[in-house]
Amino acid sequence: MNSKQLRILKIFIFLAALIPLGRLVWKFYHDALGANPVEVITHSTGDWTMILILTTLSITPLRKLTKQYWLIGIRRMIGLFAFFYGCLHFTTYIWLDKSFDVHEMIKDVYKRPFITAGFTAFVLMIPLALTSTKGWIRRLGKNWQRLHWLIYISGIAAVIHYIWLVKADLREPLRYGSILSVLLIYRVVVWLRNSRKNPTPVALRGRSPEVTES
Amino acid sequence: MFIKKSSDIPSSEITSKSLYLNRRQLITGAAIVGAAAVAGVGLSEIGFPSRVAGANAKIDGLQKSPFSTSEKQTPYKDVTNYNNFYEFSTDKYEPAGLAKDFMTRPWTVTIDGLVKKKQQLDVDAIMKMSAPEERIYRHRCVEGWSIVVPWVGFSLSELIKRADPLPKAKFVEFTTLLDPKQMPGQRVSVLKWPYVEGLRMDEAMHPLALLCFGMYGEVLPNQDGAPLRIVVPWKYGFKSAKSIVRIRFTEEQPMNTWQLSAPNEYGFYSNVNPNVDHPRWSQAKERRLGELTKRPTLMFNGYDQVASLYSGMDLKKNF
Repeated sequence: MNSKQLRILKIFIFLAALIPLGRLVWKFYHDALGANPVEVITHSTGDWTMILILTTLSITPLRKLTKQYWLIGIRRMIGLFAFFYGCLHFTTYIWLDKSFDVHEMIKDVYKRPFITAGFTAFVLMIPLALTSTKGWIRRLGKNWQRLHWLIYISGIAAVIHYIWLVKADLREPLRYGSILSVLLIYRVVVWLRNSRKNPTPVALRGRSPEVTES
Repeated sequence: MFIKKSSDIPSSEITSKSLYLNRRQLITGAAIVGAAAVAGVGLSEIGFPSRVAGANAKIDGLQKSPFSTSEKQTPYKDVTNYNNFYEFSTDKYEPAGLAKDFMTRPWTVTIDGLVKKKQQLDVDAIMKMSAPEERIYRHRCVEGWSIVVPWVGFSLSELIKRADPLPKAKFVEFTTLLDPKQMPGQRVSVLKWPYVEGLRMDEAMHPLALLCFGMYGEVLPNQDGAPLRIVVPWKYGFKSAKSIVRIRFTEEQPMNTWQLSAPNEYGFYSNVNPNVDHPRWSQAKERRLGELTKRPTLMFNGYDQVASLYSGMDLKKNF
């Protein structure tokens, strides 16, 4: 794939990633969000955050297994959209659930394990979004990769957040959980294999092709 | 009480639906006569069987109730399209579609346990035991949302008095229909089926506790618990068992389904209480459907008249 094709693909992904939001806005103005619009908005933005986190996490295995190395070029955008939907999800909570009462929010984070998990997942994404620029990638060097391992914790926390909030039907959160497990197990397997072959930790080896857009 | 068929059946459906209804009415009619004979109801009280029809049938002669709230009623389309009815689906938007063909006739309710006379009653005979009232109640779900619904029915005590429980009976247990063929949610074991709920006898005898077979002046839609359910407005919604097939009187406190599912989260009493949180979320506020921000939840959902039932009880322990 050449750089022109990649640019077109990125425009396409950008527009596609806005569809879930567009659909919510459209439904909102057409009174089609059902009996409990706030709940629909909360669940939908939460779902898309989860889906997009899992998508960014699947880029690395996908590009290695298929040898489509250009895929790295779309990872940052997908990651930023995960953060974008996370922001919308968080905003729905702090605005429509807590009416911007920060004190209430802090109490919630402290008292409610599922809020603690969700809040953790969200907060950990902030440094990742902030350091997603080329400048920060250059400045942080090898540490950039280490910092961005936080996405694993964020993903795990997001799944736990979902598991802890449902009443009895665990099927949906466990579906996300099993996809996440596969993506994490892949990394553990790769890491074990590399560390056996090569005593140097995987993090210290040159991985620049992964973090820069080619 | 007369129930007449509404006239707004689309013309395209008339032939097939009327044929279907005829067949059903024949069965229902026979069942009513049979049940009425058992219950000792005179034929004159039965009404013409063809007047008993399916969903959207109006219920005439509704009496107003002093228990009704004057708060704004939740729109019909919300109450009928947003249902926690796990027998059909755990998705609240799905029961409306999945329950469309649910058969609510013929329908018998078994009355047993500690009663003088164990019996099987047809639902149409039960509906005729007392004059139907409209009761506009607040309804608070344990999940933190609430609605205002004009239910139709009469006090559950009317049925209990007729069932004539023995003095030993301390609790009433309600069982929902078990029929995985009709109720696809029961093919998944998210809860232990059939669904069981219970009330202490004095709670069940409280005039606010409603035996319900309609809402918005019409026969109860399938997704809202047709043909017969209870409504206990001072308790979280899951206490109000739907599509009831068995009412059993017991000496021991029944084990209700949600308590069985998560004993640390759901108790037997489950009274609406803003001061006792669900272990995972606060119960201090609720979102009334149709409102953007939350409103404070009221003790006993605003039904203070039941407070005396629990005097001396630690409601934090007996949650």
